[in-house]
This record gives sequence, structure tokens and C-alpha cells, in this order.
Amino acid sequence: MSAASSGLSVEDVERARLVAEQVRDPELPVLTLADLGVLRGVCAEAGRVVVTITPTYSGCPALDEMRADLRSRLAAEGFPDAEVRTALSPAWTTDWISEEGRRKLAEHGIAPPARLGPRAAGPVPLRLDPPSATVPCPRCGSPNTVELSRFGATACKALRRCQDCREPFEHVKEI
Amino acid sequence: MSWDNAYESLTEGHDDSGHWAFGTGFADALAGVGRDIPSNVDRADLAAYCVMLGDDALVFAQRLSEWCSNAPELEEDVALANIALDLLGQARMSLTRAGEVDPAVRPAAAPVHVPDEDALAYFRDERAFRNVRMVEQERGDFAETIARLLLFSCWRLALFERLTTSGDPVLAAIAAKGLKELAYHRDHAARWTVRLGDGTEFSRERMRAGLDRVWPFLAELFTAHPVEARLAEAGVAVDPGSLRPVVDDVLDQVLAAAGLDRPEVAPLPAVAGLAGRHGVHTEPMGYLLAEMQHVARSHPQAVW
Repeated sequence: MSAASSGLSVEDVERARLVAEQVRDPELPVLTLADLGVLRGVCAEAGRVVVTITPTYSGCPALDEMRADLRSRLAAEGFPDAEVRTALSPAWTTDWISEEGRRKLAEHGIAPPARLGPRAAGPVPLRLDPPSATVPCPRCGSPNTVELSRFGATACKALRRCQDCREPFEHVKEI
Repeated sequence: MSWDNAYESLTEGHDDSGHWAFGTGFADALAGVGRDIPSNVDRADLAAYCVMLGDDALVFAQRLSEWCSNAPELEEDVALANIALDLLGQARMSLTRAGEVDPAVRPAAAPVHVPDEDALAYFRDERAFRNVRMVEQERGDFAETIARLLLFSCWRLALFERLTTSGDPVLAAIAAKGLKELAYHRDHAARWTVRLGDGTEFSRERMRAGLDRVWPFLAELFTAHPVEARLAEAGVAVDPGSLRPVVDDVLDQVLAAAGLDRPEVAPLPAVAGLAGRHGVHTEPMGYLLAEMQHVARSHPQAVW
């Protein structure tokens, strides 16, 4: 159904998209949903706005907050009864975090994830050694950092420490 | 929503439909995901398979959560809780899918306002759970938990790798998502196995004993229930027997790095041919359910 025949103009949908893009991630509030790469689409159907988002992790408790925030922000901007759908496929990857998002994370003391690229075909290889990739300290920039724990305060973050400035910091781990 | 105390929040009437999935405000785990099912499968079979996959994750999540505030170090508390949360998320999606595919899986005892995933988690009796018996066992010491997590995550990762091409698009999507999480779980368990096995004489002995206790439950993971066999034939499920070489290969790599031998212990037999997938469980299962379901069953009309 085209936007026009549904009662919402192309401009309306574009405006709804801008509103949706600016909603913040409840667990990483420095990032908008657009920065995080979880916003998969905004369109009009039967006269109302339909927003599609994708979860970061299967158990991510933020997903429901995102739905509620999207609905209330859109309602406040003149789009009542917006529908929020979940798309599971393709599965979210940290590669979808935008350049802007990576810059904001680093500015707020959270090391952004490295780029993974497409997953290689075949079985997922067993990794017995800690990751060797360098994660620079977001505070002093030193490359001399170690992983303290692969699991941090939220599902998407690992905990690291800088060996030079000695500050612990969080790292959005690659997935 | 805000109340002055938790008790008030239980009794206050409100119009929020997100009643259950305690304390999270969670609503439908698959909100807006397509409801179609493949035309060549029986709805009851597909729902039963979703329940099997969901129950494995749900019951193991419950056991792993017991480590929260009890693990040997704070980082491990957080790690095991995170792993449990991932599995709980996978369980929620599978159980929601089960209810969507065949409403008959929903237990009659569940109040109508409770969503399918919670109806299945909190209002089924032991015999209706379809998880493998490995995941319901008492957590044991840390080494035993690590041994169980190693075996379970190696197996589930291999299973999910294959399920990514399932003929059911929702199962394929759940698997593609869970796969990445399971890779982290498996690596975590594998590294601890090496660290303990290749550590001191004491840690090595504890790790060896943990593997000995968990190993009898391994064979059941590769035994196909008729539902799994039928759906595997239809290209929707995976024949678990076919996963054995892949899982064995990974376990051998980990054991070699840890300097540990493959335990020589007899598999836990089925009971007259019936095991977890048929709803026949071991003694710890009833206690686990009592703890997990107690609040929901005592206060079936509570809202959160």
C-alpha cells in the first residue's frame, strides 16, 4: 500500500523515520536506535506508521523498552498507534553500529567493537585463546589493554582494563 | 508505572497487558514476527519441537541463574547470569513460537491473561516438559557446571548451525541469532575447562570429577524422539544423531588442550525407552520446577 493511499504522505513517513531514528537505546543512552543499527525500517500501512526493529541479543531486556519508547515518541510527534514489529532475520551484528555510533561510544569511555565482516562458511571455530585483536583504551588511547571478563554489565559488553592508565573500561564485544 | 512498594504493584489494577515474565515488562517475545508455518509439517509436531528447544534453554537458564551471587568470583557471577539470560531469551522465542503454531500446547491450568511463553513455563507439570535430562541436574560445584555448559553448548551450537537452514523460517531465524550467543558460551566453558584441567592437581581433579558426573547425560542429546525424526525428514528439524561427530570433534579438541581424558562412564539409561524428550525426568526436576513456578502458581492473578 502506498503512503498516499494509506493517509500518510511520503513526507509524513520521512518525518516518522527521523523521530524513530532519534529514539535512544535504554542501555547505551549515548546511542540512538539508528546509531545502534537495530532500526530496520519505517513505513506506512493502513494509515499508521510501522517501525521494524531487531533485537541485539535473544534475551536483551531493552527490546521491550525500545518498543514502548518508539510508540510514545511517535505518538508525541503526531503518529498515534504506531506499530512496532520485530525482525529476527538477518540477525543483528555489531557491524551495523554506525561510524557515528562508534565515535559516540569511544567519547563516552566505551570501546567500540571491531569490524567482523561476513561470517565464514562452515562450523563456528572453537577459540581457546583470548582474542588477540587490539582494543585501544578509550580514555588514554593506549593499545596495551587486557580482557578481564568477556561478560559485562549488559549482554553486549565485555570488561577490560588498560595496563597503562590502569582504568577499567567496557567494550562492546563483537557479535 | 510506579508504586510505593512492591506489594502495591502486585495488587494494583492497571491496563498494561505485559503481566508476566516477572519484573521485566516483557510482552510478546516474537511480536510482529511472521506466523506462517511450512506446509509440509504437522502443527502439533512443530509446536512439540519448539517446546523441546525452548525447554532445554529454559531449564538450563534456571539452573545457571542459581550461580548469581554464588560464583567463585564476581566476573563469573556476571558471566553465568549473562549466559542464562541469552538462553532465557532463546527459550522465550521458542515457547512463543510453539504457542503460535499450535494453541493446544498451552496448559489448561494457565489463567487466560498469561501469554503463551509464561503459560508454558509456569503452568505445566513435570511430565509436560520436554528438555533433555542433562540440563535439570543440580548445579554441583563450579567445575561440574562448567563441564555441563561445555557439553550442552557444544551440542546446541552444532544443532543451531544446522537449524539455520530449517524449512521453518522462524526456527531458522531463532537459530541464526542464538548461534552467535552460543559461540560465546562454548568458548567460555572451553577456556575454563582448559584452565582448570591444565591448572593445579586440585583443580584438575575437580574438573575431571565434574566431567565424570556430566558425561552419562551426553548420549541422550544424540537420541532422536519420533517428533525430531519426522521433522528432520521434512527438513525442519535436525536429526540429533547426526550431530555426534561434530560435537565429539570439538570436545576432543578441548579435552586435549586441557590434558584430560574422555570419561569412561556408562550413559544414563532411558526408563522403558523414555527420557527427557518424552517428559520422563530425574528427581531434581521436580524441585527445580517447584522453585521456578512457585510464585506464578501461588498468585495466578498477580500482575507485574
